[in-house]
Amino acid sequence: MDQIVDFNPEDFDVTVQPGVTRKGLNHFLKDHGLWFPVDPGADASLCGMTATSASGTNAVRYGTMRENVLNTEIVLADGRIFCTAGNGRRSKKSSAGFNLTNLFVGSEGSLGFITKTTLKIYGIPEMMVSAVCAFPTVKAAVDVCVQVLQSNIPIARIELMDDVAMEMCNNHNKLDYEVAPTLFLEFHGTEESVKSQAKFAAEIADYNGGSQFRWAYETEERNRLWKARHDIYWTVLQSNPGCRAIVTDVCVPITCLPDLIAQTKSDIQQSGIIGPCLGHVGDGNFHTFLVFNPNKPEEFKKAENLASRMANRALDLNGTCTGEHGIGIGKMAYLEKEMGPLGIEIMKSIKRTLDPHWLMNPGKIFSSA
Amino acid sequence: MSLRILVGVKRVIDYAVKIRVKPDKSGVITEGVKHSMNPFDEIAIEEAVRMKEKKIAKEIVAFSCGPAQCQETLRTALAMGADRGIHVEVAGPQFDTLQPLHISKMLAQLAKDEQIDLIIVGKQAIDDDCNQTAQMTAALLDWPQATSASKIEAKDGSLQVVREIDGGLETIKVKLPTVVSADLRLNEPRYATLPNIMKAKKKPIKKLTPKDLGVDVSPRIEVVTVEEPPVRLAGAKVENVDMMVEKLKALGHA
Repeated sequence: MDQIVDFNPEDFDVTVQPGVTRKGLNHFLKDHGLWFPVDPGADASLCGMTATSASGTNAVRYGTMRENVLNTEIVLADGRIFCTAGNGRRSKKSSAGFNLTNLFVGSEGSLGFITKTTLKIYGIPEMMVSAVCAFPTVKAAVDVCVQVLQSNIPIARIELMDDVAMEMCNNHNKLDYEVAPTLFLEFHGTEESVKSQAKFAAEIADYNGGSQFRWAYETEERNRLWKARHDIYWTVLQSNPGCRAIVTDVCVPITCLPDLIAQTKSDIQQSGIIGPCLGHVGDGNFHTFLVFNPNKPEEFKKAENLASRMANRALDLNGTCTGEHGIGIGKMAYLEKEMGPLGIEIMKSIKRTLDPHWLMNPGKIFSSA
Repeated sequence: MSLRILVGVKRVIDYAVKIRVKPDKSGVITEGVKHSMNPFDEIAIEEAVRMKEKKIAKEIVAFSCGPAQCQETLRTALAMGADRGIHVEVAGPQFDTLQPLHISKMLAQLAKDEQIDLIIVGKQAIDDDCNQTAQMTAALLDWPQATSASKIEAKDGSLQVVREIDGGLETIKVKLPTVVSADLRLNEPRYATLPNIMKAKKKPIKKLTPKDLGVDVSPRIEVVTVEEPPVRLAGAKVENVDMMVEKLKALGHA
């Protein structure tokens, strides 16, 4: 089941089976001047990305899987097969009945098995330019993000890496970026549009104490920059040999982000745990990698507690305990706090309707009780 | 500098496709199989386009030899930034036995007819892995050659080229006109964008026959048989290091 089963370039849609990966699809699309922009970093299966509502560095401009899945084919727990938007349907919009497609997007395989996904595809931008800008504080960097969005600049990627992350990134990738809170930005559009977006963004950064922009124009330079960002998890582990890391993921309204990151960083510093902070500030979403030595249970406990306090903080700021990584097992308790008992009960009733014997990915998202 | 660059682009089976040998062992299955531009040729086109953006080149001519579908490959080259295309149509059995020497003769003749200053081709095609066309073309034209290029700089009427060789990197200076073949690390090619694909439809593609270039494409080789590589044999597990050493000795390796 690794085929691209339907491709309509002039309608900007494509339907794929579970074996088709993101990079495989983009390789197929590139000669047509098209691409699928949701980029979680890994070369993931697109149906898998549908099941987890994958996001990534491009979400600030192109959305997550939620905004880009038009239809799915589902095999239900009892073996019946159906299409969430109707068989073969691929209109860009619809008001026909319940939005079942988005019910399955992000359901982590608990409601049914996804055997096809119909995706919205986009024209490859005529010009893509990346830039790196260092700031005196994390707050300055996040403020710039808020201001860039408020200025209606259609920024394609805006990612934060704190000083801890930048140091590890430099060492691992043999780069020489400034070791300071840094924004990695990318602009997409026509040549004129990119130039004016970039100029405006540079002015905003400068106003907030940002350094001169370091630009990357050519494909290989941009790829090197984003690879350094995408590889950060491995970089963190390599920089701390023998250690593991708890990866956290919270998302809040953007205006709440500066406080959330500041409180989190202070918490991390006090605990003595190594914990670089980075992420998709354009979405109000950030991650930390809390490093612990598996031979020292007290370090793991500290890291766990940090993660827990972070999730609670995010919930208190009207945010979510998981922006991208899902509930799985680890965040079941937070889901209850986030949704409230009625929200959980409604989810369970949907689950009972579609999977009464609790066969599909049991033990995840909520308990069967 | 205001160079006119000729870039050779070959239509090959896409690198992501799993190759299947025909049951009669006469060749590989190409019917209904995805084809695309040879990746090294994409790098060649990208380099030419970058030279045009830097105002070192004034015109890029893309050339492809093969069946009618080569026009798609040429359109991709045009969408990436080439100005016009030349398609030398060769189809059927004659296409199956085309060799680098045939292509080199065509490139050499085109270089003269079109007043070319620089020929860039991919260092090899991913179907035959020959790595001969650039070298033969240079010899036919009596031009210098810079093969396996990983960096090209234009300096006062000549090119300084860094070549990837077995021992590492070699930097040479070649006078123009010259033939260059592109290696993997020369650049990362851009994607063709929708507006450029639209614009490319209007760019001209000239159609020629091998005869127009004075090239005889009758086969110089005969394909006897094409077979898949032998199936990998299963390995064996041993309990411990001593047993491994015994096994190695028994197999005559220690």
